[in-house]
Amino acid sequence: MAGQQRVYKARIKSTQSLKKIFRAMELIAASRIGKARDRVTAAAPYAKALTRAISAVATHSSVDHPLTSERTDTNRVAVLVVSADRGMAGAYSANAIREAERLRERLQREGKEVVQYAVGRRAVSYFNFRHREMAGQWTGGSDAPSLETAREIGEALYEAFIAPADEGGVSELHIVYTHFTSMVSQEPRVIRLLPLEIVEGVAEPGEDVEPLYEFEPSPEAVLDAALPRYIEVRVYNCLLQSAASELANRQRAMNTAVSNAEDIIRQYTRLANSARQAEITQEISEIVSGADALAAS
Amino acid sequence: MAGPLTVDVVAQDRTLWSGTADRVIAPSVEGEIGLLANHEPVLALLKEGTVRVRSEAETHEFAIEQGFLSFDHNVITIGCTPAEPHED
Repeated sequence: MAGQQRVYKARIKSTQSLKKIFRAMELIAASRIGKARDRVTAAAPYAKALTRAISAVATHSSVDHPLTSERTDTNRVAVLVVSADRGMAGAYSANAIREAERLRERLQREGKEVVQYAVGRRAVSYFNFRHREMAGQWTGGSDAPSLETAREIGEALYEAFIAPADEGGVSELHIVYTHFTSMVSQEPRVIRLLPLEIVEGVAEPGEDVEPLYEFEPSPEAVLDAALPRYIEVRVYNCLLQSAASELANRQRAMNTAVSNAEDIIRQYTRLANSARQAEITQEISEIVSGADALAAS
Repeated sequence: MAGPLTVDVVAQDRTLWSGTADRVIAPSVEGEIGLLANHEPVLALLKEGTVRVRSEAETHEFAIEQGFLSFDHNVITIGCTPAEPHED
């Protein structure tokens, strides 16, 4: 009987220490979210400036450039999945990967061959487990991505995009990441990076006088220089958004884990109490029956 | 008003400086380019060098590795990679 009590006590103790760990992880995630969101905001002006510049070239000159035109010589397309390095973030990585698989199916139905790129240990192990080859993988620092990582990824994607068809060139770049809408809502999203889908941020024609841009040195050169920067900036933005989403998801998951741990502790405390009570009751009945037996003899 | 030009100098991960100025001098790939108010719209690539933003009171200098500059309706945006990396 005393054994039963000891088991409950041990479980309560281990759950309590787990709860402390969960609480600590929740607080860490909470404190890092602010910084992650600030970085998303800080990176926005550059992305906006670059997008405007590219839109300006696209609207004010008639150059034929890979940035704006579709490639038809290959049916290979690149897909980059952004996931977390660690678990303990609820369904965050699973959602991003599921979205990527959906995109993969869609692309394959369209007769395209998917070249997979993965960011974050969770996505890498997912593809490794299924023996899918990855053209590129980056792990480490998924909750605080650096500009250098974005630059590396950007370069790899850029090289794939400009490579000739027989050397593994791709005709499209897709990114699957988790968009950070607010603290309570993050959703996995797919964006097609290249060729450009939307041209935004340019003044509508007709309003004011159409500015005639002067390009230095030439529209082509400007686009050539802008292309790798553009990929880099978009990748960086996706990484930052995903990092903020990961932290928000982790905070929520850990919050739930803490309250689950509290539930379990309460449950085991009750069980331990009733076990103790049962033991006492048994002891009393043993004593009473012993005394009765002595009195009867 | 401090100056006729609205200037934003931005790096990939942050805004370096923003404000108003009288003139901006930047190292374009084809040579130094100086911009005053009401210049025609320009989109230029920048090479390694120093961007100087001048207003009556002061001059701001930014050492850059590379970047681009766009000028439209007296709004100048300079997107650049700073010469010395940013310490977080």
